[in-house]
Amino acid sequence: MKRRDALKLTTATTLAAAGTLAAPAILRSTRAAGPIRIGAVAPKTGPLAGGATVSHWPNIYLWVEQVNARGGLQLADGPAMVELIEYDDQTNPGETIQAVQRLANQDDAHFILAPYGTGLNIAAAPIFDRLGYPQIAVTAITDQIEELAGNFPNMFFTLGSTTAFASAVAEIVAGLRDSGQIGNRVAMVNVADAFGIELAAAGRPIFEAAGLEIVYDQSYPLGTQDLSPVVRGAKDSQPDAFVAWSYPPDTFGLAEQAMIEDLDVRAFYSAVATCFPAYRDRFGASINNVLGAGGVNPTDPRFQEYAAAHQEVTGQEPDYWASATTYSSLQILEQAIEAIGEPDRAGVSEYLKANTFDTVLGDIAFNEHNNNERYWTCGQWQDGVFHGVASTGREGAVDVRLKEGWA
Amino acid sequence: MDILIAGLLLGGTYALIAMGLNLQYGVARIMNLANGELLVAGGFAAFWIYTSGQVSPLAAIVLVAPAAFVLNWLIYRVMLRPLVNRARSRGQLEVDSILATFGLSFILVGVMLAIFGGDYFSYSYLATPVTLFGSNFGLNRVVAFLMASLIALALFLWLNLSRPGMAIRAVSVSPESAQLVGIDVRRLSALAFALGGAVTAVGGALISTFLTLDASIGILFTMKALIIVIMGGVGDIRGTIVAALILGLAETLVATVIDPGLTLAAAYLMFILILLFRPQGLFGRRTL
Repeated sequence: MKRRDALKLTTATTLAAAGTLAAPAILRSTRAAGPIRIGAVAPKTGPLAGGATVSHWPNIYLWVEQVNARGGLQLADGPAMVELIEYDDQTNPGETIQAVQRLANQDDAHFILAPYGTGLNIAAAPIFDRLGYPQIAVTAITDQIEELAGNFPNMFFTLGSTTAFASAVAEIVAGLRDSGQIGNRVAMVNVADAFGIELAAAGRPIFEAAGLEIVYDQSYPLGTQDLSPVVRGAKDSQPDAFVAWSYPPDTFGLAEQAMIEDLDVRAFYSAVATCFPAYRDRFGASINNVLGAGGVNPTDPRFQEYAAAHQEVTGQEPDYWASATTYSSLQILEQAIEAIGEPDRAGVSEYLKANTFDTVLGDIAFNEHNNNERYWTCGQWQDGVFHGVASTGREGAVDVRLKEGWA
Repeated sequence: MDILIAGLLLGGTYALIAMGLNLQYGVARIMNLANGELLVAGGFAAFWIYTSGQVSPLAAIVLVAPAAFVLNWLIYRVMLRPLVNRARSRGQLEVDSILATFGLSFILVGVMLAIFGGDYFSYSYLATPVTLFGSNFGLNRVVAFLMASLIALALFLWLNLSRPGMAIRAVSVSPESAQLVGIDVRRLSALAFALGGAVTAVGGALISTFLTLDASIGILFTMKALIIVIMGGVGDIRGTIVAALILGLAETLVATVIDPGLTLAAAYLMFILILLFRPQGLFGRRTL
């Protein structure tokens, strides 16, 4: 709540300063000169808090800070500062829904930012829809985009579909095989949670269609403390490639166990959190050439500028995937609100569907299913930087390298 | 052989998680639901000492243990003593302490979030393979297992051979009778609670060398500890260790032979079987 107070204070001082200069104007249009209240609800505690703390919250703070430093959102009636109202949903869908209701009804938020995580975004979609708020979902990866956008016309998707992520990995592995660099034996494991199950289910037929042989296929429960049976089982199946549809704590655990067991594959992929700076900081050079979900073009000056601002304002590095997309979703919202010129939610939703937005990732537009069709699907740690190696239409992908041991 | 060693190593981890809770519940009669948070706090302390001073987590234990001892002693004196004083029966104390420590767990999560943020905390320490009987195991897990054995042995010897240890066992069997023979039950309960907290925090410091922790992950450890303590029998350190090892072996066996997805099912199945056929736990006595 401190942040909120601080923002109120800045708002108050700005208003006071503006008041001394143009008191009559303020009196005439008090409604528009008031702050734009932005509601945010996402995990600060619970299983997804670790991910949200890296990819979600810092971008919201960065965006609010930058918008207010520019003098606020430029509306038709003049600039309006942004006031952030934030809630912790404890990674509990019930809490997410309640917080959205509270933001709409009690806090009278003009806009509400999409929650964090696929499950929480889908759980909150009906209430966003019923209350008439646009929901620009970022961390919601699903194959149900068309159905969801059909049911909830104000829900937008930016990060991609399950099938696209599974296909990207299959194509990379198949590509390495076709060029004769590896064989076609794939060990596939997944975390037994909605995300991992959906990706494994989507992945199996895609891998098989690509002519890859799945020689080991196992799931493990969320929060497994000892991944050595999983990695040992994978190793015993003598794979050429290892693919894990994993979540943060086990992404770290799998890498450590792979080093200990010396799982010597030429392609090693793990999903969420592989692109986190904490992953590189922990394992250093050992994880060189590890593949992971997501990616960015880290040589793009716009990304570099964004990363520098992220570091300066929040004191931490952005990740190499959802961070920049989360920030882009806020830029999209900002551009739509400013184009409409007032906090008109229905107007903003219509504007989102019809226009192209300029973001740190480049241009983003939504198709007829409210879906951004151009996104990064796979990246790779190459000498301390996570480079995008596969995307559905983003520029700057680099060539995939072979993993050469864990030394 | 692989399964045996991997299972024993995992069991050692579980023993670290549960031994402290056993002392707290068995003697002080406090079912401490903030156990997992204290474990995570121990892990964070080790992380912080390691990253800021490059001090080995094993050496950090020298600082973590006394600090956790004092902290838990204060928690007992300030927060739990009033509950003990007003409780008319053991049942009432259990209910009150469960509610109080449940609240405490939220406070601890909040404090850790405020200090460390919600990010993942992990570092690499001794993540090098050691070869035992032809298979590779993480050195950090082996070290944690050895430390767990050391702590368990020390606790066992102290409880069974020393005078204060005997007094603590007496309190664990029957607080009322212990009082009759001149044992200061209040002081010993505080001591046992603080000692249990210290063991838990040390466990956290050791576990942080190979698990990735964040501020709100404590509840997972509390659940595991609860299962192990109840399986092993309340108030008996041997029971906790045996239960932890059995659980570790069973989970590894199931994960290797059947399916890694069934480890939780195996753990809960064992828990249910023990509750059904031996509700006092493997080494527990029937309460009167």
